[in-house]
Amino acid sequence: MKLKQTASQTVGPYFAYGLTPQQYGYDFRSIFSNRIDGDGERIALSGRVFDGNGEAVNDAMIEIWQADARGQYQGNGFARFGTGTDSQCRFHFDTIRPGSIDNEQAPHICVLVFMRGLLLHNYTRIYFSDEAAANERDPVLNSVPAERRGTLIAERSDTPDGPAYRFDIHMQGERETVFFDV
Amino acid sequence: MAYNRRDREQHPAQIHPDYKSSLLRGPTREPLAIAPLTSELTGPLFNQDMLGEFDSDLTKNGRKNGEPLGERMVVHGRVLDENRNPLPHTLIEIWQANAAGRYIHKLDQHDAPIDPNFLGAGRAVTDADGRYRFYTIKPGAYPWGNHHNAWRPNHIHFSLFGPSIATRLVTQMYFPGDPLLELDPIYQGVPTAARERLVARFDIEATEANFALGYRFDIVLRGAAATPMDQKKGDAKKERVNHEA
Ligand SMILES: [Fe+3]
Repeated sequence: MKLKQTASQTVGPYFAYGLTPQQYGYDFRSIFSNRIDGDGERIALSGRVFDGNGEAVNDAMIEIWQADARGQYQGNGFARFGTGTDSQCRFHFDTIRPGSIDNEQAPHICVLVFMRGLLLHNYTRIYFSDEAAANERDPVLNSVPAERRGTLIAERSDTPDGPAYRFDIHMQGERETVFFDV
Repeated sequence: MAYNRRDREQHPAQIHPDYKSSLLRGPTREPLAIAPLTSELTGPLFNQDMLGEFDSDLTKNGRKNGEPLGERMVVHGRVLDENRNPLPHTLIEIWQANAAGRYIHKLDQHDAPIDPNFLGAGRAVTDADGRYRFYTIKPGAYPWGNHHNAWRPNHIHFSLFGPSIATRLVTQMYFPGDPLLELDPIYQGVPTAARERLVARFDIEATEANFALGYRFDIVLRGAAATPMDQKKGDAKKERVNHEA
């Protein structure tokens, strides 16, 4: 007989010293940072998480998982950041632009969203605003109702340090981000 | 290979009104089922080398000038998937309050003493049989602002990866016989049949004479959807999703 899945519980407000200790200044070595290394074009990714009142959440933890520049998953494309150390509750990632996967899926980054108040973490994906042609063919984006696709697109801006993408996550409301059952 | 989806009968809902902060933070729309693709079926890789010497011993990893106060415990168990396969190389991260119910976290305002020799954070990687073991101090209960006179039961936070990001799980381990369990909206947010599996068992076998009480907490992550029937279901879902587009 199959075993039953262990129930999910919230990460709570106090995850920082266990999961993101160095970012928050605790005396415990972090094994994840907000940086992903590898060959390819370096990009910056940042954004905020908004609750149903449109207020930025200061105790969310965002994890990202992505392919390398050639579209391969090598086991090291993972990073984590809490929104509690930025004055505007932003998350920041310093990573490489992922390649297209299987030449079918558009370049994207998987996102896991945790916070106080969420009993179950949520999955979403970041696509890039400057990949319009690839996005149009992407099977996952195409499965999303057209009027909600925009919630999955990060907006590009160019900075002296290179391309920066902004991706805000809305837990509720008109612009509620599309979350996936994966 | 695909994984069985999250079993709705085992997990809390996104919004559980008794847990006040879920009201504005839980998504209001159903998550969109997508056909399993490489992105969500892979994940970071872990091994024992990533750990520091005292990462799994919370009675030692926060020491400054003595031993932490409180009841020493051994917390151990196995990480399995739904198909009873042990899950090796799985990172487990834990964090908890000290014996007085106080977190080291800068935002914890509870008027209980900080223990200078206790950090309350640790990590382990499961062995070939999916086993893990921590030494720690029994966490105290603490008050929180959800409602008047609200107290969290004694608990340890657990974060696990499993073989992919699809199997990722964050949960909490509770203690047998805790009278606060029936009053706690976070614990009560779990469907009745799944609640008891969040409660560790007292384990005399794991109890170390003259040293520490043993508790056992086994964790089950999503398993591979292996049978042809499950595969069919996955395909059907894919078709349905594409149809809706
Ligand atoms: Fe807690």
